[in-house]
This record gives sequence, structure tokens and C-alpha cells, in this order.
Amino acid sequence: MRDAFVDSLCRAATADKRVMLLTGDLGFGVLDRFANEHPDQYLNVGVAEQNLTGVATGLALDGHIVFTYSIANFPTLRCLEQIRNDACYHNANVKVVAIGGGFSYGPLGMSHHATEDLAILRALPNMTVVAPGDDWEAACATTALLNTPGTCYLRLDRSSASATASVVERFEIGRARTVRNGSDVTLVSTGGILSDVIDAADLLAREQISCRVVSMHTVKPLDIETIREAAQETGGIVTVEEHGLNGGLGSAVAEVCMDFGWLPRMFLRLGLPPEFVSAVGSQAYLRKEHGLDGHSIARQTASALLAAVPAALQTDRRTAFGPARRRRLSRSY
Amino acid sequence: MTSLELAARIRRHVVEMTSKGRSSHVASGLSIADIVAVLYGGVLRVRPADPQWPERDRFILSKGHAGAAVYAALAEKGFFPVERLITHCQDGSHLSGHVSHKGVPGVEFSTGSLGHGLGVACGLGYSAKHRQAPFRIVVLMSDGECDEGSIWEAALFAGHHRLSNLVAIIDYNKIQSLTSVEETLALEPFADKWRAFGWYVSEVDGHDHQRLREVLTNQTLEAARPHCILAHTTKGKGVTFMERSVLWHYRSPQNEELTAALMELK
Repeated sequence: MRDAFVDSLCRAATADKRVMLLTGDLGFGVLDRFANEHPDQYLNVGVAEQNLTGVATGLALDGHIVFTYSIANFPTLRCLEQIRNDACYHNANVKVVAIGGGFSYGPLGMSHHATEDLAILRALPNMTVVAPGDDWEAACATTALLNTPGTCYLRLDRSSASATASVVERFEIGRARTVRNGSDVTLVSTGGILSDVIDAADLLAREQISCRVVSMHTVKPLDIETIREAAQETGGIVTVEEHGLNGGLGSAVAEVCMDFGWLPRMFLRLGLPPEFVSAVGSQAYLRKEHGLDGHSIARQTASALLAAVPAALQTDRRTAFGPARRRRLSRSY
Repeated sequence: MTSLELAARIRRHVVEMTSKGRSSHVASGLSIADIVAVLYGGVLRVRPADPQWPERDRFILSKGHAGAAVYAALAEKGFFPVERLITHCQDGSHLSGHVSHKGVPGVEFSTGSLGHGLGVACGLGYSAKHRQAPFRIVVLMSDGECDEGSIWEAALFAGHHRLSNLVAIIDYNKIQSLTSVEETLALEPFADKWRAFGWYVSEVDGHDHQRLREVLTNQTLEAARPHCILAHTTKGKGVTFMERSVLWHYRSPQNEELTAALMELK
């Protein structure tokens, strides 16, 4: 995703001299191409994230479109007030980019786990929040953010789903992508964990559970219509995020469902409990530990679907969730 | 209107605004009244009829709590009607206790949390320098504000990039929120700190209009460095019973206090 972002930004910087990339002294080997091709549009401000954001705001107020780049929580939480007061309040054209969403830097420990960023940044007024699910989305989001006025947050993941876009597809900020169609349940995710969600959909398909898979790459503004469709057209909604359960994607989707009265027959939020993770490991390991790998997502989805089926249907052998099917499903995961 | 007349009007407005609004920071506004009057009395290149004029000098009040003084200067210079000043901190007013640009022509940047102005000024300065734009960026900060780490991040940046279009004025009244600067976190040797960060430093009496004008307009100082002006000031300047008092960082002048203050500022 990181390379897709840099590729996209290099092209944008060639076409538009207002584009600038500011780093907080991170991006070894990754930003070289941009720095070499666009030396006048590149600036390493040093290990100083508050100043990174302040300087970016000043540049933006003088007409630039400024991307700030760092890893994990450094470009977001470390300088949250600069983002809020300087960038957002002034509607400055600052695009905050963090590489390392969720457990991307799993082995590096708690300081490098970006697991509250979506909740915190989506709470800010005048802020757009985007977490692409695959490289194509990351590249498209980079370009799209250039044309999105005001302050934005782009959360890039180390992992990425394999290509999910068709050649004719158009990417739009604020418009979720239905990666796969289905009717029994809708799996909604944000970020690179889309890969595990697709795995889960594959596993469930083997059990004749048809999953709609939605990549909700824009967490704010949320695509309300897609949530309505999921609630009304499918048998339930499962949200999946590599992020704490407090205030992230699941919360956002739940807010929409409650506010508009679109109550899904089943609703399940998958994410991280509000606890720090001190036992480290790879992104894949930590996902599994926290029930966010493909198998775990499938198992929890199946259980929730079963629990939501009315008792009458559960005892009726003719229905999809009759006793035989229930026995098989409960053994599957 | 001379800058001395403007300063006198700013002081009266600040006292009346903080009284009517029952708001804090009257002494902070009085502390910077002369600096703000010299700036808006001819030093800053601004156009009241065209607040967004692209070539205007950018002035950022980083100590946003003293915003009443800047609102007063802007109104007196014709950016908006003087009658609006008295709505300061009132229900529905846009003249907030900490300076805000929304709905207030002439305010360049909104602040209120300390340590924000200099970083943004660095971005403006870097941008202006690289596109050879003619304007200057002037930031007015407090001494207590220099406790913030972000000030020193920005100070490093400005020195490193030799932002000669940047002027940082420090309202050095030696009193901060709870007690003196000396007792809280000593800043001395203050001038040396800025020099060590790559700045050219001037020290002046922050109530001496002549000297302020000289250091703010002297283009021959040091062409290649940002300029820090340590303006030695008296907190609460102009109202004897408010001078050098922590109490008047917070207290709003009411009744006899208001009358006494306005009498002194006649």
C-alpha cells in the first residue's frame, strides 16, 4: 500500500506543483523516489510531529496541498491538537498519512499499534477519514484526496487484500465498494483486513452462506446508503476492523443503523477490546490472537447468524438453518 | 491616528470588553497593546478593505488569550465596526475569548492553545521564501508559551531553514499563568537560547513605540536569519493596580475597578 501511495503521489506531484510531501524523518528507502524526482516539493522536517503538522498547515494556507507522512500514531495522536486546531479548524489542505494501520508494525510493540486512530480522527469536525483495503484503493484514494478539500486522514496498511477492482470501476471518497455480492449477511470492513474478510466469505460460501463483502474505505463521511442496503437486503451486518471496538467502524455503522431505524436482523462488531496488547507478533499472528483472521471471522459470523435465526425456523428441517445445517455449521469452525 | 493613540484606544477597549464579557486576560491584552498598536499602526502591510489581499503580511497572535487587543486594533483600523467589540465573549458572538478568524475579518489565524502559532508561521515562511512572495510573517507569543516543546521544534526549523521573512515577538512580561516565569520554568538566558537556535535577537522595551518600530522595520539586521524580538513588557501595563499581578490574568474588571481602570486610561 505504501508503494501504491508513493507511486500515486509522484504522478500527482508531476502534474500539480502545489503538491508537497512532508515527512517526520521516516520513510527510509520509500520516499527516495519522490525526494529525487520532486526535491522542491519534498521536505523532511525532522522528528517533530507537532511542527510537521503546523508547518504543513502554514504551507497549505499559502496554497499548497500538503501530505504529512509518518508511521503508526506519530502523525496523528502525537500532534492531535495541531490537526484539530490548526488544520481542521482552518480547513487547511493537509492530508495526514500514517503507514502502519492496526497491527502493521505488530512486532514493534504497543507504541506502534495504531488501534484507536480511526475513532479519534473521525471525531474531529472538517475531517475526512480513509483506510483503503487494497493497493488499488490506496492508489485511488491518494489521487482522490488531492481533490477533496480540507483536512483528511489516510490510514495505510502493511497488508493488502489482493486486487478486488474490476477494470472499469471508479473510486469515490465516501462511497463504499461492494467487493462481492451476497444475501445472507454483509461483512463490512475498513483497511487491509479486507483480505481476511474475503477469506471468511470464501469459507462461509462453502457452507452455502452467501456473504456480501463491503470495503468501507471511507470511515468518514460514511456511506449511509450502503449500510441501509446491507441492513434491509441481507440477513445481518458484521463489521470488521483492525482497531478498537470503541468508536471505530463498527460504532459508526451502529450509529447509522440506530439513527435511521434500519435495524439489521443480526449485528456483530469484530475488532479489538479496549486493552493494550503487550504480547507482540506479526500482523497475521495478532489478527488470529484477536479473532480477526479469516477463520475466526467466519466462525463468529456463522454463530451470530445461527443465534439470530428465530427458534421456529431452527427446528424446521425445510429451512436453510434447520437442525442438520446447524449441526454442520457448528462443527465447521 | 498615531500608534500611541491606537494603543490608548486598544487599552480602553480591552478593559471594556473583558468587563462586559466577564472574561479573563485583561492584563495580557494590556501587556501587548503597544506591540499590536505599532504593528497595525503602519508596520504590517495590510488592507482593511481587502483582508485577504494575497500580498498582505501575515500576523499570527499565538498567545490567543490576548485576542481582545487584536480585535480592538482590527476594529479601529476599519476591518469591522468598532461597535462589534462590545459583543466580546457574549452569547452568539464570534469575538471569542481566544482569537478566532471565523466571522472576523483581519484575523489571520485562530489560536488559543499555546505553542501553535510559530509552527504555522514556519510553514507560511517556508512557502513564501520558496515562491519568493513579498510578505513577512509576524508571530506574537507569550513568555510562558515558550514552555511548550512545539515552540522549540519550530524554532529549530526556522533557524535551520533560515526563514528571514519570519519575525517572532515575545511579550516578555515575566508572569505566566500561576506565578512568575522565573519560579515556574526559568527561561534565562532567553536571548541566548534563541541565538543558539539560529535566530537574530533584538531586545527592546515593549512599550517604546519608537524602538519597536525601529527593530520591526530595520531590514538590514541580518538578511539570512529569522528575527526574534524579546519585548520586555509589564503585564497589565497602563492600569496601575493590574500591573505585575497574576490576579489580573484571570479577574474581570467590574464596577469601581472598571471605573478606576478607565479613569487611568483616559
